[in-house]
Amino acid sequence: MYEIIEGFIEAIRLIVTLDPDVMAIAVRSIIISLTATIIASLIALPLGAAINFGKFRGRRSIINLIQTLYSLPTVIVGLLIFLLISRAGPLGFLRLLFTPTAMIIAQTVLIIPIMTGLTISALSGVDPVIRDTLTSLGATRFQFLINIMKEARFAILAAVAVGFGRAISEVGAAILVGGNIAASSFKSSTRVLTTAISLETSMGNIPQSIALGIVLLTIALGVNLVISTLQQGRNP
Amino acid sequence: MIELDGVSKEFDGKRVLDGVSARVERGEIFAIIGPSGAGKSTLLRLIGLLDNPTAGTIRINGIDIHASKEQSLMIRRMIGMVFQKPAVFNTTVAENIAIGLRFRGVERATVIKKVREALDVVGLAGYEERLARTLSGGEMQRVALARAMVIEPEILLMDEPTANLDPVSVEKIEELVIRINRELGTTILFSTHDMYQGQRLAHRIAVLMNGRFAQVGTPREVFTLPATRDLARFVGIENILEGVVVRRDDGGAVSIDVGGTQVRARSSFGTGERVALCIRPEDMRIAPVERKVANPDGNTLQGTVISIVPRGPFSSVTVDCGFMLSSLLSWKRADDLDLQEGSHVVVSFAPESIHVIRINET
Repeated sequence: MYEIIEGFIEAIRLIVTLDPDVMAIAVRSIIISLTATIIASLIALPLGAAINFGKFRGRRSIINLIQTLYSLPTVIVGLLIFLLISRAGPLGFLRLLFTPTAMIIAQTVLIIPIMTGLTISALSGVDPVIRDTLTSLGATRFQFLINIMKEARFAILAAVAVGFGRAISEVGAAILVGGNIAASSFKSSTRVLTTAISLETSMGNIPQSIALGIVLLTIALGVNLVISTLQQGRNP
Repeated sequence: MIELDGVSKEFDGKRVLDGVSARVERGEIFAIIGPSGAGKSTLLRLIGLLDNPTAGTIRINGIDIHASKEQSLMIRRMIGMVFQKPAVFNTTVAENIAIGLRFRGVERATVIKKVREALDVVGLAGYEERLARTLSGGEMQRVALARAMVIEPEILLMDEPTANLDPVSVEKIEELVIRINRELGTTILFSTHDMYQGQRLAHRIAVLMNGRFAQVGTPREVFTLPATRDLARFVGIENILEGVVVRRDDGGAVSIDVGGTQVRARSSFGTGERVALCIRPEDMRIAPVERKVANPDGNTLQGTVISIVPRGPFSSVTVDCGFMLSSLLSWKRADDLDLQEGSHVVVSFAPESIHVIRINET
């Protein structure tokens, strides 16, 4: 018990004094997950719009598949990306394994389904009368899409926030393709909050783990706050 | 300028519209009335290019509007539309109204000026920066109207625009409809299930029943001379009697046998024809038996009051004369006559107030 309390006190000290190790890991985590979220948004938002407004066979099945992939285990994604980019894999020549780029790819793949699915829900949640109104006002196909997106903006931003939350909190893929490497340069290190907590805990370095855990929780809390604010904004 | 030619629409094998044909003239206010589910909204959606007909053509200024996808945007931009449910975009009132102008690439200064003018017209001056979603239903519908109007469409389609609004808002919207039509010359098509709204606003009314226009005519024609028995019932003619023409006199007077009682009317139908007689309750007079008035040319029937039901400022009195007849009296008149259930009365009505329909047409 004493050990835990001591751990907490030490953790607070590490955070308050802006311990360089802890801060580097936190900043790296945010950069990697934010990059993954941005790339995933660029794919998931148009994809979600295309599926929502598209008229094609198997549309319903695609939506079902996407929803199934919400709960895709992160280690499975990690394993798939690992197989693709490991030296013997088809993309092995790119030498991406154990780089931050590999982690970004894995997190992007991981969150595309949930962001696509939530984008579809966001867009299909727009009142049909609003859609008809846009059409009747003489919108071109592009103007129509932009304005529907605007109308669903709060729900879409919430989808993006959910994606970021899932990316920053996952550990399985990050450890498999990142390798939790603390290299000399900030850029080539792959140690992020989740993988570092996992390692420090196994090494008995409890204060460090707790400090990193508090930082991760704070980020998760912040993301949640953003989501709930956005969801309230949906219905003024 | 708008021609509907055999327009039909099916949804999953269910035929909603079944050969609607009509012609709406430029500058006209044209009302489509009909019971709920008759296909009024569907028809307006087809004209507004929000859906495609299963069969038939719709032409605007001679152009088949569903024929080519390339022209679709150009045609849509000639048409404004207001929907039953007041729907606004989740932004300011000014942005809501400006959106159609922005789609057309109108320059900023003009947009601001036109939005202000439109808000003035719909009585929402000073509302520019308000969030549209915080307005009342009636105000939202006025924003919707301003939004459709500001693009100066040739044709304005309104799908039951006042169905969900309070009476004061209804009145405001109706005033605006008339004003837009008069001042801008906009051709307006609107649907309503409120017959009286059709009567108040429209130059012509089309009654949509069983998937087609059962009758198209001026409000007066539709309300006093319905073409079929169903129509007569729909436009609120409560007394519809069936009978057979038994005698024709010179000058268009006929005698019709209604269950053994002879009723005199004016009609061109010949002896032996089965007909329906439509008599508006307000054309029916009631007097106590003892105050019997001589009425040689008219119809006077004796009967017993079956029920007296209040209806707004009137009483609806049903009399059994061998068949049921309803009459509408002011409260005062009903009191003066001292009418009670069971009272013996004389019901009288002029032959001219009877509209005769041939039954096989219904």
